[in-house]
This record gives sequence, C-alpha cells and structure tokens, in this order.
Amino acid sequence: MVLLAPSPALRRSFALLLVGMLGLALAGCGYNNVPTLEEKAKAAWGEVQNQYQRRADLIPNLVETVKGYAQQEREVLTQVIEARAKATQVKVDASTITDPAKFKEYQDAQNQLSGALGRLMVTVERYPDLKSNQNFLALQSQLEGTENRVTVARRDYIQAVQAFNTEIRTFPGVIWARLFWGAKPMESFAATTGAERPPAVKF
Amino acid sequence: MVVPSAETTGPYPALRTAFSHPGEGKKLARPVIAAWLSLLLFLFFPFLAAAAEPSYPALSGRIVDGAKLLDGEASARIAGKLRAHEEKTTDQLVVATVPSLQGLTIEDYANGLFRAWGLGDKAKNNGALLLVAPNERKVRIEVGYGLEGALTDALSKVIITTAVAPKFKNGDFAGGIEGGVDAILSILTGDAEEWQRRAQVREDETSWAENLAVIFVMITVFILIVSFMRELGRASGGARRHRTRDGRWIVLPPSGGSGWSGGSSSGGWSSGWGGGSSSGGFSGGGGSSGGGGASGDW
Repeated sequence: MVLLAPSPALRRSFALLLVGMLGLALAGCGYNNVPTLEEKAKAAWGEVQNQYQRRADLIPNLVETVKGYAQQEREVLTQVIEARAKATQVKVDASTITDPAKFKEYQDAQNQLSGALGRLMVTVERYPDLKSNQNFLALQSQLEGTENRVTVARRDYIQAVQAFNTEIRTFPGVIWARLFWGAKPMESFAATTGAERPPAVKF
Repeated sequence: MVVPSAETTGPYPALRTAFSHPGEGKKLARPVIAAWLSLLLFLFFPFLAAAAEPSYPALSGRIVDGAKLLDGEASARIAGKLRAHEEKTTDQLVVATVPSLQGLTIEDYANGLFRAWGLGDKAKNNGALLLVAPNERKVRIEVGYGLEGALTDALSKVIITTAVAPKFKNGDFAGGIEGGVDAILSILTGDAEEWQRRAQVREDETSWAENLAVIFVMITVFILIVSFMRELGRASGGARRHRTRDGRWIVLPPSGGSGWSGGSSSGGWSSGWGGGSSSGGFSGGGGSSGGGGASGDW
C-alpha cells in the first residue's frame, strides 16, 4: 500500500472496488434473503389463492348436478351458493397478507365455504342415484383433489411465511428489513390440519 | 436454499448452549472456538430440524416395496414397464408400498414422500407416485405439477376405483398395482392431447434467454472493468509496479464473477437432469407435487 501513489484515478478505482466489495459483503450477510423469502412467500400465497379459486370454479357445476337429483335439498344448496358468492367477493390484493383484518376476512369466508361444502357432501349421501352419476363422481373427485391441493398450498404458505417472518425478526435479517426493505411480517393461517378437509365420503 | 421449518425458531439459544457446553471444556475454553461452533450449529440447524419429519424409505428403485406385496417376478415386470415409459417420455413413475403411514393421512404422507424423493424432472415436475398402505387399507396416486393436466384428479380416482381397489379387495395386490400402473401409463401415453400438453408443461426453471442475459451482463461488466483499469494504468503515468500491483487486484473481481455464473447454471442443469436419464443409480430429479391426484380405500 505504501508503494501506491495516491493519484485521483487510483482513488477512484479503490472507491469502485470498495463499493464492489461492499456489495458482495452485503450479499454474504443475507441482504438478499429478505426479498428472496418475501417473493417465495408471495408465490406461495398466489398458489393458495389459485387453489381456492379453482375450488370456487368447480362449485357451479357441482350445484347444478346435485340439483338434478336432490331438488329438495334447497337449504344446503343455497348455503353453498351464498358462501361461494361471499368468498369470491372478498377483495384480495398484495396488502392482504400483511393486513390481519383483511386476511382474517379472507380466511373466514373460505372456511365458511369449506363448511357449507362439507354439509352438502354429507347430504348427498342420501341419494344413491346421484352417487352413481358419472358426472357427479368426476366432480366429487375434483373437489376432493382441490381440497387436498388447498391443504398443501396452505402448508407451503405457512412454511414460507414462517421463514420470512423469522428472517425479518432475527439477526442479521432484522437490520436489512428495518433499514432498507421496510418489510412487514406476514399473516399466516391458523394451523387447522384436518379441520380443513371435508368429511370423508364413504360409499 | 433451505427453508427452516416450524421447529427452528424457538429452541435456538437453548440448543446452542446445550451443544457448546458438554465435556470438551478444554477446547471450548477459548471463546473464539465456542463462537465458531455455535455459528456452525446455527448454519446447520435447519438440517437437524429436517430430520424430525416422518421417516421416509429410501428411493431404491422404481418399485419400493416396503410392505412386501410383490414377488420378484411381478416387481421386475412392473419396473420394466415404468423404465420403458421413462426412457420414452422422461415421465418418472414410482410405486411405493409402506407398512405404515406413521399416523399421517395418506394425502399428507404421499405428498411428503413425493417431495422427499423429488420425483420427476426439476423443471418439468413430471413425476407420479402410486402409494399403497395395506395396513391402513389406503391407496393414492400422487401427481406432480407437470402431469396434472394429463393425469387429472378425476382420472386418478377412476383408476383407483376401477383398476386398483377391486383387486385389492380380493387380496390381489400384485394385480391391483399392475392394473393401476397400466392404467396410468395408458393415460400418459394415450392420445394426441397428451402431446399437446407436452408443449405446455409447466416450467419453473430460468429459461435459456435469462441465462444468456446474465452471461452477457457479466461479460459486459468484465470488459468495462478491464478497460477502466487499462485507462487507469495509462493515467497514473508512473511506475509499472503499480500496474503489477493493480494487476493482482484487477484479476480478482472478474474471476469471482465468472465463478458465480458457472456455479449457478451448471447446478441448475445437473439437478434438472439428475435422475431423469441415468441408468445406474436411480434417483429423483427434484420434481415437486402440489397435492394433485386422488386417494381411495378398499
């Protein structure tokens, strides 16, 4: 270092190097972890929404099919239709996952729909013709599959949020989160494994 | 990137102290070493936590017959069909039988097992798993993201209720498994729709264009730095010594940069192709499943 003549150009080069090193050091210290984990959690949230949407899309067909065989179950059918309408009306945007009230609203609406669907699937037990209808069987397996995907998507989301929230509350992530990213902790689902699944339908 | 699971947050401090205190007091007397050890523990704790999950069998081949339902001949015959299909299409199908679901639902177990094995190519997620739990009398077809379009939930259910469950009911496990495998293969190889689907398989990896862009940017940065340094050498009219000094510095950043790009892209390829085409050891290619498929019982 003593040998170096401190010309302005050299000083500039050192400044450049320093900036480069600082960048590497920041990356090494987990500066990038916060946005990485945030994006992961957002992607997981997208999958949750996607699967809930998929379920909502199945319902009109399901209701139509059941109606053909079990007209008199008007009450249960209406409940499902109303719950679906409510669930699809809940507005979801990027801020939903950091806003406890909005998040709870979304979750409650979806849970209500789960409950109504569960009751419907129990009710159809009384209609042997319906249960042997090919169209209904296909819809039923799709609904089961979707509920399972919802479970998986929720679990992935819970894990992603847990990783993100841990990162922004522990060292060194907390520094980057506070100083640079302004990251807010995300809301997570209350763990209701099992309660989420519709009651098993036996033949 | 290992995502720490639920257990990792709480017990950090307790565990650190528990691990850094035991008998070897002499070594740990030096606080520096103790600090290093706890740091190491910090880094590797996620792996320790992962070990607490249900224990899944090893992926020893296309048939993992933990519940001993198949004799050697049937097993070889079915494995041959699966291998032939994989060589033709790269779709990775595996049959697993387990003596116990370890208290989980078959859906949760199948999804966990699928992900632990990473069936299917990492980019295409084209794996499928036929899981049989004879003691719980449950069977499930778990479908990877990439095959969901062909092997739908409804079709999976039909396979289970028509080809698998009736034979299981009569105690014919080999027949049921083979029937299920045949049905899955016929759906996956079946019709023109299949080939259409192939064009739209879900891709998760970065595309070629992205990789090229990254390499291009890195080369540009390299050239910029080199030319800047040359100019610098000329500008600081004096001594060559400086230049040689600088030379050592100059070399560093570009080589670090190229090391990055090489590392990440080749890593992506190798894990992507992992088990897909290798003939020796059989392994998953890193594919994942989001819970597609269907379950049934008998």
